[in-house]
Amino acid sequence: MIRYARRAAALCLVLLVALLVNSARVMVFEAESLDDNPANRRIAINRYAQPRGEIVVDGKPVTGSRDSGQQLRWERTYRQGPLYAPLTGYSSQTYGTTLVEHAEDDVLSGTEPMLAPLPLWNDLTRGRQPGGDVVTTIRASMQEAAFRGLDGKRGAVVAVEPHSGRILALVSSPSYDPGVLSGTGPGVKEAWRRLNTSPNQPMLNRALRQTYPPGSTFKIVTAAAALDAGVVRDVEAPTDTPDPFVLPGTRQVLPNEATGCGDASLAYAIQWSCNTVMAGLGVEVGLAGMVDAVERFGFNDTALRVPSWVAKSNFDREMSPDQLALSSIGQFDTTATPLQMAMVASAVANNGEIAQPYLVDRTTTSGGTTVDRTGRRSYRQAMNPATAMQLQRLMLKAVADGTGTNAAIPGARVGGKTGTAQHGFGNTGTPYAWFIAWAQAEDSAQPAVAVAVVVEDAEAARTDISGGGSAAPIAKAVMEEALRLEAKARG
Amino acid sequence: MTAPRTDAPPPGVRLPKRRGVELSLLVCAVLISVCGYAEVGLARSGAVPPDAVRYGAGLGLLALVAHLAVRFRAPYADPLLLPIAVLLNGLGLVLIYRLDLETPNDQAAATQLVWSTLGVALFIVVVLLLRDHRTLQGYAYVSVAAALALMILPIFFPAVNGAKIWIRIGGLSFQPGEFAKILLAVFFAAYLAANRNALAYTGRRIWIFQFPTGRVLGPIVAIWLLSVGVLVLERDLGTSLLFFGLFVIMLYVATGRTGWIAVGLVLASAGAFLVGSLEPHVHSRVQDWLDPFASIRAGDGPGQLAQSLFSFAAGGMLGSGLGLGHSVLIGFATKSDFILATAGEELGLVGLTALFLLYALLVARGYRAGLSLRDPFGRLLAIGLASIVALQVFVIAGGVMGLIPLTGMAMPFLAQGGSSVVTNWVIVALLIRVSDSARAPQPDDADTGTLAPVKEAA
Repeated sequence: MIRYARRAAALCLVLLVALLVNSARVMVFEAESLDDNPANRRIAINRYAQPRGEIVVDGKPVTGSRDSGQQLRWERTYRQGPLYAPLTGYSSQTYGTTLVEHAEDDVLSGTEPMLAPLPLWNDLTRGRQPGGDVVTTIRASMQEAAFRGLDGKRGAVVAVEPHSGRILALVSSPSYDPGVLSGTGPGVKEAWRRLNTSPNQPMLNRALRQTYPPGSTFKIVTAAAALDAGVVRDVEAPTDTPDPFVLPGTRQVLPNEATGCGDASLAYAIQWSCNTVMAGLGVEVGLAGMVDAVERFGFNDTALRVPSWVAKSNFDREMSPDQLALSSIGQFDTTATPLQMAMVASAVANNGEIAQPYLVDRTTTSGGTTVDRTGRRSYRQAMNPATAMQLQRLMLKAVADGTGTNAAIPGARVGGKTGTAQHGFGNTGTPYAWFIAWAQAEDSAQPAVAVAVVVEDAEAARTDISGGGSAAPIAKAVMEEALRLEAKARG
Repeated sequence: MTAPRTDAPPPGVRLPKRRGVELSLLVCAVLISVCGYAEVGLARSGAVPPDAVRYGAGLGLLALVAHLAVRFRAPYADPLLLPIAVLLNGLGLVLIYRLDLETPNDQAAATQLVWSTLGVALFIVVVLLLRDHRTLQGYAYVSVAAALALMILPIFFPAVNGAKIWIRIGGLSFQPGEFAKILLAVFFAAYLAANRNALAYTGRRIWIFQFPTGRVLGPIVAIWLLSVGVLVLERDLGTSLLFFGLFVIMLYVATGRTGWIAVGLVLASAGAFLVGSLEPHVHSRVQDWLDPFASIRAGDGPGQLAQSLFSFAAGGMLGSGLGLGHSVLIGFATKSDFILATAGEELGLVGLTALFLLYALLVARGYRAGLSLRDPFGRLLAIGLASIVALQVFVIAGGVMGLIPLTGMAMPFLAQGGSSVVTNWVIVALLIRVSDSARAPQPDDADTGTLAPVKEAA
């Protein structure tokens, strides 16, 4: 009997071993795939088990957290939600994250390994650190000035510090409060439905994700291409472009809004925004040269991140000469994000070089220790420094005595370019009013700010002046604020 | 009536009693449980629960009283059995208390403590009143009658969650099938001890199989079929599986015929296949076992088994820490059938392995007592009781971890459930008694010969 009892005991041992092996299978070898199963609520529960880190503007958090007492416990709150929504995005238990909330989610939610005191600490403890903070490059007063300037009209403002690439203001209007999307439940779903069905598209990030035909502001790019290619050697010399200008290969006539554009010089064409001159120069540079030049500015770049993804600004790589002519004045298929046009202004202001634009200055632990810092990086050399110098002079002229006088600031060098982009089939849509500009204090070594403003519902007539009328004052307000901050910083 | 014995210890050698070892292990068991209790409070609210001292005192008092009973009435008993039982019961209370925090409308820890107290009380009664386990041999047929009565009784009570295995009187519910397994083990042990020679060596031989005579085999198969039949009627598949396994193991140990195992396996497979394909409740569980994530793909969210697997996976190697897991997502039966998932998630593979080893130790000690006993009844009883624990742990742990299809059953001592805790305390009491007989010096060797007479059932 003892022998059989021992065998029965051995059977029990086999059962035990089976249990242990199975435990190791489930808890170690299959653990990762089970942990990551989308139906596993732990992912969400752990994610919201602690307050998120803050997004900081000018030393003050623009976000907060609220204990909901629900299973997905900590909900996001926003101070001045609509003002900062174009940079923060939302963080919602129901709809996920966008923009900086998305790009810096690891830091904000505390899963970033660098937040841990020791390497691999989190792997060992399977825990997470308190959420870290994200310090942005945004200047509150400039952001407010831009937001006030748009005043609820559809449009966007982007302001960049030309030599560093820091994004100082990023406004999209009309905006929304991302806080209404925090949490779960019917209220959140209703808010989501309302925001998504609103004809004003408040959740559309017009500064980074919407592209517009840049209209006449694009003439700066064409001018740079013409100067760099040697098509124009003397900006004051008359060009060989008739007014009106017949689009090559067609019988279609390109008109001017301005007068005196026949055979006008490049300087005159920038100052008064002559379509004919710039279209002619574009054709003269040629398709390959134009594509080369515009792509140095960042057009057709699908990989731009600030760190949020930026929509591609488009300049077609294959066109007939008449399409090229239209494209050279920012029409046809040419489209640009407001950020892209701010980069154009920035390139002129910064002697032809574009610094990589960025929105996140640094990330820190919840205790304030820096985890990562975004340094200045060069994006591209958009044009020769000499070309940039010449364009600076032309843009100054356009503001001093041209289409952009509404942006003039006493005691500062302000260069600008207006634009009114036609869109819609047969030109039926309301035109977009554009203004791109940069400003430099008289006593400063480098420009303080480059800015791009687009206003969708420009009320004025379809003249170039409307860019100067609707958009330039907003740009001026933002630039004044930048100059004031710079002066204050210099003491 | 006496047989020459060769394996008795030489006269004059006294086995150590080891009661001091038992007491210090009990102190450790109580301390570990109290630390777990405090840990839950610290993790959840940053403070030790205010009643931690009371909890510790209560558990300590139960352990102490049980220890004193053992010290005076079973001084040679195995010193590991009681501490393991106290530790498992204490940890069970901690886990239930921890889960109570997630379910404010369903508090179970206090009730479980009452049942545990009752269990310990019964443990003491058994240790005090049952002076010699062989007394039970005379109650074999009383046992089986009582077992059947207990199992049939729930048929007259309404079903709870699809199974008719509860008796509800007033606010108390009781699962008589739990207790029936002890009675059945007693009957099997007594009957097999009396008839094992007849079962092994008589009867007709057909081809290579030697069949025992129907007169000997008949009654026990009838009893077994009856109990399994009743359980199937009541849809208590876990327990019917347990009875089946118990029967086969005891039959094998008693007769030593491997054929029984083969026959048992064939029968079990056929039965499992039939029930699995015919009974919709079981069928769905088999489906769930084969593919725990089917409901997720169908868009219905994770089922209980999937949630349980998520729990274990979330525990990983070291666990999330007591009070910090989310096993409550399993929902229904978190505190009973699925209690192991909480242990796995919050204590990790390390803690779970420790738990399994505790059970293994309990089972091993039961077997050891059986092996060192000289009377076949005691031996079979000890092995039967130990096998009950082993099978139960395997069936439920394998079920909630996806090793075998899930059948509802209580993790011994750990799971919420009054009848289960009480029954397991009685099992431990019987093992204590048996191990005391096994290790005590034998003044009356003549009584314990291998061919000890079996009283004809009264």
